[in-house]
Amino acid sequence: MSIDWQAFTLYAGLAALIGGAIIGLSAVWLAWANGRIAGISGILGHLIELVVQQKREPYGWRVAFLLGLIGAPVIWRIFADMPVTVQQTDLTGLLVGGLLVGIGTRYANGCTSGHGICGLSRFSLRSLVAVCSFMGSAIVTVYVLRHVLGLSA
Amino acid sequence: MNRWTQWMTAGLAGLFLGMGLILSGMANPAKVVGFLDVAGPWDPSLGLVMGGGLVVGSVGFALLKKKPTTLLGEPLNLPSSRKIDFRLIVGSVLFGIGWGITGICPGPGLVLLGAGIPEGVIYVVSLLAGMTLYSAIEKLRHRS
Repeated sequence: MSIDWQAFTLYAGLAALIGGAIIGLSAVWLAWANGRIAGISGILGHLIELVVQQKREPYGWRVAFLLGLIGAPVIWRIFADMPVTVQQTDLTGLLVGGLLVGIGTRYANGCTSGHGICGLSRFSLRSLVAVCSFMGSAIVTVYVLRHVLGLSA
Repeated sequence: MNRWTQWMTAGLAGLFLGMGLILSGMANPAKVVGFLDVAGPWDPSLGLVMGGGLVVGSVGFALLKKKPTTLLGEPLNLPSSRKIDFRLIVGSVLFGIGWGITGICPGPGLVLLGAGIPEGVIYVVSLLAGMTLYSAIEKLRHRS
Protein backbone atom coordinates (compact mmCIF):
# COMPACT_ATOMS: atom_id res chain seq x y z
CA MET A 1 0.00 0.00 0.00
CA SER A 2 1.31 3.45 -0.93
CA ILE A 3 -0.05 6.76 0.33
CA ASP A 4 -1.35 9.17 -2.33
CA TRP A 5 0.50 12.26 -1.06
CA GLN A 6 -0.87 14.35 -3.93
CA ALA A 7 -4.40 13.90 -2.61
CA PHE A 8 -3.53 13.54 1.09
CA THR A 9 -1.96 16.95 1.72
CA LEU A 10 -1.67 18.63 5.12
CA TYR A 11 -4.58 20.89 4.16
CA ALA A 12 -6.72 17.93 3.04
CA GLY A 13 -5.95 16.04 6.24
CA LEU A 14 -6.86 18.98 8.47
CA ALA A 15 -10.01 19.73 6.45
CA ALA A 16 -11.02 16.06 6.77
CA LEU A 17 -10.49 16.07 10.53
CA ILE A 18 -12.32 19.38 11.12
CA GLY A 19 -15.07 18.48 8.64
CA GLY A 20 -15.52 15.15 10.41
CA ALA A 21 -15.76 16.92 13.78
CA ILE A 22 -18.46 19.24 12.34
CA ILE A 23 -20.37 16.18 11.06
CA GLY A 24 -20.15 14.62 14.55
CA LEU A 25 -21.25 17.88 16.13
CA SER A 26 -24.32 18.18 13.90
CA ALA A 27 -25.30 14.58 14.71
CA VAL A 28 -25.03 15.28 18.45
CA TRP A 29 -26.95 18.54 17.96
CA LEU A 30 -29.88 16.80 16.21
CA ALA A 31 -29.99 14.15 18.96
CA TRP A 32 -29.86 16.81 21.68
CA ALA A 33 -32.32 19.29 20.14
CA ASN A 34 -34.76 16.93 18.41
CA GLY A 35 -33.99 13.58 20.02
CA ARG A 36 -33.37 12.08 16.60
CA ILE A 37 -30.58 10.23 14.82
CA ALA A 38 -28.98 12.10 11.90
CA GLY A 39 -29.22 9.17 9.52
CA ILE A 40 -29.73 10.47 6.01
CA SER A 41 -31.01 7.25 4.43
CA GLY A 42 -33.45 6.78 7.33
CA ILE A 43 -34.76 10.33 7.13
CA LEU A 44 -35.17 10.15 3.35
CA GLY A 45 -36.58 6.60 3.46
CA HIS A 46 -39.13 7.45 6.13
CA LEU A 47 -40.45 10.33 4.04
CA ILE A 48 -40.96 7.92 1.14
CA GLU A 49 -42.60 5.43 3.48
CA LEU A 50 -45.03 8.11 4.60
CA VAL A 51 -46.12 8.54 0.99
CA VAL A 52 -46.09 4.87 -0.09
CA GLN A 53 -47.59 3.33 3.04
CA GLN A 54 -49.61 6.39 4.06
CA LYS A 55 -48.25 6.33 7.60
CA ARG A 56 -48.88 9.17 10.00
CA GLU A 57 -45.56 10.31 11.37
CA PRO A 58 -43.94 13.69 11.88
CA TYR A 59 -42.36 14.84 8.64
CA GLY A 60 -41.62 18.53 9.28
CA TRP A 61 -38.23 18.05 10.97
CA ARG A 62 -37.22 15.56 8.28
CA VAL A 63 -38.03 17.98 5.46
CA ALA A 64 -36.25 20.80 7.30
CA PHE A 65 -33.16 18.64 7.85
CA LEU A 66 -32.96 17.65 4.19
CA LEU A 67 -33.49 21.24 3.04
CA GLY A 68 -30.59 22.28 5.26
CA LEU A 69 -28.40 19.57 3.76
CA ILE A 70 -29.34 20.43 0.16
CA GLY A 71 -28.94 24.13 0.95
CA ALA A 72 -25.43 23.71 2.37
CA PRO A 73 -23.61 24.10 -0.98
CA VAL A 74 -25.77 27.14 -1.78
CA ILE A 75 -24.77 28.86 1.48
CA TRP A 76 -21.15 27.66 1.06
CA ARG A 77 -20.92 29.41 -2.32
CA ILE A 78 -21.80 32.77 -0.75
CA PHE A 79 -18.51 32.63 1.15
CA ALA A 80 -16.20 30.45 -0.94
CA ASP A 81 -15.90 28.37 -4.09
CA MET A 82 -17.13 24.80 -3.84
CA PRO A 83 -14.22 22.35 -3.80
CA VAL A 84 -13.84 20.52 -7.13
CA THR A 85 -15.65 17.18 -7.31
CA VAL A 86 -14.68 14.47 -9.78
CA GLN A 87 -17.25 11.98 -11.03
CA GLN A 88 -16.16 8.34 -10.72
CA THR A 89 -18.57 6.50 -12.99
CA ASP A 90 -20.81 6.90 -16.04
CA LEU A 91 -24.58 7.26 -16.29
CA THR A 92 -25.21 3.50 -15.97
CA GLY A 93 -22.97 3.37 -12.90
CA LEU A 94 -24.82 6.26 -11.28
CA LEU A 95 -28.21 4.65 -11.95
CA VAL A 96 -27.20 1.16 -10.78
CA GLY A 97 -25.18 2.51 -7.84
CA GLY A 98 -27.92 4.87 -6.64
CA LEU A 99 -30.50 2.09 -6.83
CA LEU A 100 -28.31 -0.31 -4.81
CA VAL A 101 -27.61 2.37 -2.18
CA GLY A 102 -31.35 3.12 -1.94
CA ILE A 103 -32.43 -0.51 -1.45
CA GLY A 104 -29.42 -1.51 0.64
CA THR A 105 -29.55 1.33 3.16
CA ARG A 106 -33.28 0.76 3.72
CA TYR A 107 -32.79 -2.95 4.42
CA ALA A 108 -29.79 -2.20 6.63
CA ASN A 109 -31.63 0.68 8.33
CA GLY A 110 -28.77 3.10 7.89
CA CYS A 111 -25.80 4.35 5.93
CA THR A 112 -22.51 6.11 6.61
CA SER A 113 -24.16 8.74 8.82
CA GLY A 114 -26.64 6.66 10.80
CA HIS A 115 -24.54 3.51 11.35
CA GLY A 116 -21.12 5.05 10.69
CA ILE A 117 -21.16 8.26 12.72
CA CYS A 118 -24.13 7.93 15.10
CA GLY A 119 -24.13 4.15 15.64
CA LEU A 120 -20.40 3.77 16.21
CA SER A 121 -20.41 6.84 18.50
CA ARG A 122 -22.99 5.02 20.62
CA PHE A 123 -20.88 1.85 20.59
CA SER A 124 -23.59 -0.18 18.85
CA LEU A 125 -22.40 -3.65 17.82
CA ARG A 126 -25.20 -3.76 15.24
CA SER A 127 -23.80 -0.61 13.60
CA LEU A 128 -20.26 -1.98 13.73
CA VAL A 129 -21.42 -5.06 11.80
CA ALA A 130 -23.15 -2.79 9.26
CA VAL A 131 -20.08 -0.55 8.85
CA CYS A 132 -17.73 -3.54 8.38
CA SER A 133 -20.15 -5.01 5.82
CA PHE A 134 -20.50 -1.90 3.67
CA MET A 135 -16.85 -0.83 4.00
CA GLY A 136 -15.78 -4.34 3.07
CA SER A 137 -18.08 -4.63 0.07
CA ALA A 138 -17.19 -1.10 -1.11
CA ILE A 139 -13.45 -1.89 -0.96
CA VAL A 140 -13.99 -5.15 -2.88
CA THR A 141 -16.19 -3.35 -5.45
CA VAL A 142 -13.55 -0.67 -6.10
CA TYR A 143 -10.86 -3.36 -6.32
CA VAL A 144 -12.84 -5.34 -8.89
CA LEU A 145 -13.77 -2.26 -10.96
CA ARG A 146 -10.29 -0.74 -10.98
CA HIS A 147 -7.86 -3.62 -10.78
CA VAL A 148 -9.73 -6.62 -12.20
CA LEU A 149 -11.92 -5.03 -14.88
CA GLY A 150 -9.42 -2.21 -15.37
CA LEU A 151 -12.01 0.59 -15.33
CA SER A 152 -10.93 3.94 -13.97
CA ALA A 153 -12.45 7.37 -13.49
CA MET B 1 -46.44 23.98 20.03
CA ASN B 2 -42.76 24.49 19.36
CA ARG B 3 -43.03 22.96 15.91
CA TRP B 4 -41.21 25.84 14.25
CA THR B 5 -38.33 25.53 16.70
CA GLN B 6 -38.09 21.81 15.92
CA TRP B 7 -37.92 22.55 12.21
CA MET B 8 -35.28 25.20 12.76
CA THR B 9 -33.01 23.02 14.91
CA ALA B 10 -33.33 20.16 12.40
CA GLY B 11 -32.63 22.51 9.48
CA LEU B 12 -29.51 23.79 11.23
CA ALA B 13 -28.34 20.20 11.82
CA GLY B 14 -28.74 19.44 8.11
CA LEU B 15 -26.96 22.63 7.11
CA PHE B 16 -23.97 21.95 9.37
CA LEU B 17 -23.80 18.33 8.30
CA GLY B 18 -23.68 19.48 4.67
CA MET B 19 -20.93 22.00 5.45
CA GLY B 20 -18.96 19.25 7.21
CA LEU B 21 -19.34 16.97 4.19
CA ILE B 22 -18.12 19.69 1.80
CA LEU B 23 -15.17 20.74 3.98
CA SER B 24 -14.08 17.18 4.73
CA GLY B 25 -13.95 16.14 1.07
CA MET B 26 -16.71 13.53 1.51
CA ALA B 27 -18.78 15.33 -1.13
CA ASN B 28 -16.08 14.59 -3.71
CA PRO B 29 -16.53 11.04 -5.09
CA ALA B 30 -12.84 10.93 -6.14
CA LYS B 31 -11.77 11.40 -2.51
CA VAL B 32 -14.11 8.63 -1.33
CA VAL B 33 -12.95 6.17 -3.98
CA GLY B 34 -9.34 7.21 -3.23
CA PHE B 35 -9.94 5.93 0.30
CA LEU B 36 -11.72 2.75 -0.78
CA ASP B 37 -9.02 1.89 -3.33
CA VAL B 38 -6.56 0.29 -0.92
CA ALA B 39 -4.61 -1.35 -3.77
CA GLY B 40 -3.92 1.91 -5.63
CA PRO B 41 -2.34 5.12 -4.34
CA TRP B 42 -4.26 5.38 -1.08
CA ASP B 43 -5.84 8.59 0.29
CA PRO B 44 -6.43 8.16 4.06
CA SER B 45 -8.54 11.38 4.35
CA LEU B 46 -11.85 9.59 4.87
CA GLY B 47 -10.40 7.79 7.88
CA LEU B 48 -9.74 11.18 9.46
CA VAL B 49 -13.33 12.27 8.72
CA MET B 50 -14.58 9.20 10.57
CA GLY B 51 -12.03 9.79 13.34
CA GLY B 52 -13.03 13.42 13.85
CA GLY B 53 -16.72 12.52 13.74
CA LEU B 54 -16.37 9.65 16.19
CA VAL B 55 -14.34 11.60 18.78
CA VAL B 56 -16.94 14.40 18.88
CA GLY B 57 -19.83 11.94 18.50
CA SER B 58 -18.82 9.54 21.27
CA VAL B 59 -18.26 12.37 23.77
CA GLY B 60 -21.51 14.06 22.74
CA PHE B 61 -23.66 10.93 22.84
CA ALA B 62 -22.13 9.92 26.20
CA LEU B 63 -23.14 13.32 27.64
CA LEU B 64 -26.64 12.96 26.16
CA LYS B 65 -27.15 9.64 27.95
CA LYS B 66 -27.58 11.57 31.21
CA LYS B 67 -30.32 13.76 29.78
CA PRO B 68 -33.91 12.53 30.20
CA THR B 69 -35.37 14.84 27.53
CA THR B 70 -34.26 16.86 24.53
CA LEU B 71 -33.32 20.53 24.56
CA LEU B 72 -36.93 21.24 23.54
CA GLY B 73 -38.26 19.13 26.42
CA GLU B 74 -39.44 16.11 24.43
CA PRO B 75 -38.54 12.45 25.00
CA LEU B 76 -35.44 11.21 23.17
CA ASN B 77 -36.28 9.00 20.20
CA LEU B 78 -33.03 7.16 19.54
CA PRO B 79 -32.87 3.67 18.00
CA SER B 80 -32.38 0.83 20.44
CA SER B 81 -32.31 -2.18 18.11
CA ARG B 82 -29.44 -4.62 18.67
CA LYS B 83 -30.61 -7.10 16.08
CA ILE B 84 -27.84 -8.43 13.83
CA ASP B 85 -29.55 -10.34 11.03
CA PHE B 86 -29.58 -11.19 7.35
CA ARG B 87 -31.33 -7.91 6.42
CA LEU B 88 -28.67 -5.80 8.13
CA ILE B 89 -25.75 -7.59 6.48
CA VAL B 90 -27.18 -8.09 2.98
CA GLY B 91 -28.52 -4.52 2.96
CA SER B 92 -25.13 -3.15 4.02
CA VAL B 93 -23.31 -5.23 1.40
CA LEU B 94 -25.64 -3.93 -1.36
CA PHE B 95 -25.13 -0.38 -0.10
CA GLY B 96 -21.36 -0.91 -0.17
CA ILE B 97 -21.44 -2.09 -3.80
CA GLY B 98 -23.39 1.01 -4.83
CA TRP B 99 -21.08 3.23 -2.77
CA GLY B 100 -18.02 1.63 -4.38
CA ILE B 101 -19.37 2.14 -7.92
CA THR B 102 -20.34 5.80 -7.43
CA GLY B 103 -18.19 7.01 -4.52
CA ILE B 104 -21.37 8.68 -3.24
CA CYS B 105 -23.36 7.83 -0.10
CA PRO B 106 -26.78 9.44 0.56
CA GLY B 107 -25.58 12.61 2.37
CA PRO B 108 -23.01 13.67 -0.23
CA GLY B 109 -25.56 12.76 -2.93
CA LEU B 110 -27.92 15.41 -1.58
CA VAL B 111 -25.06 17.92 -1.31
CA LEU B 112 -24.12 17.31 -4.97
CA LEU B 113 -27.80 17.74 -5.87
CA GLY B 114 -27.92 21.05 -3.98
CA ALA B 115 -24.76 22.16 -5.79
CA GLY B 116 -26.63 21.60 -9.06
CA ILE B 117 -24.17 18.99 -10.30
CA PRO B 118 -25.93 16.65 -12.82
CA GLU B 119 -24.21 13.62 -11.28
CA GLY B 120 -25.94 14.41 -7.97
CA VAL B 121 -29.35 14.84 -9.60
CA ILE B 122 -29.12 11.45 -11.38
CA TYR B 123 -27.80 9.72 -8.27
CA VAL B 124 -30.54 11.09 -6.00
CA VAL B 125 -33.33 10.20 -8.46
CA SER B 126 -31.98 6.63 -8.59
CA LEU B 127 -31.53 6.57 -4.79
CA LEU B 128 -35.17 7.59 -4.30
CA ALA B 129 -36.25 4.93 -6.81
CA GLY B 130 -34.38 2.30 -4.79
CA MET B 131 -36.00 3.43 -1.56
CA THR B 132 -39.45 3.48 -3.18
CA LEU B 133 -38.84 -0.04 -4.47
CA TYR B 134 -37.99 -1.13 -0.91
CA SER B 135 -41.18 0.44 0.46
CA ALA B 136 -43.28 -1.15 -2.28
CA ILE B 137 -41.78 -4.60 -1.65
CA GLU B 138 -42.30 -4.28 2.09
CA LYS B 139 -45.87 -3.12 1.59
CA LEU B 140 -46.64 -6.17 -0.58
CA ARG B 141 -44.90 -8.48 1.88
CA HIS B 142 -47.00 -7.22 4.79
CA ARG B 143 -50.22 -7.45 2.83
CA SER B 144 -49.80 -11.13 1.93
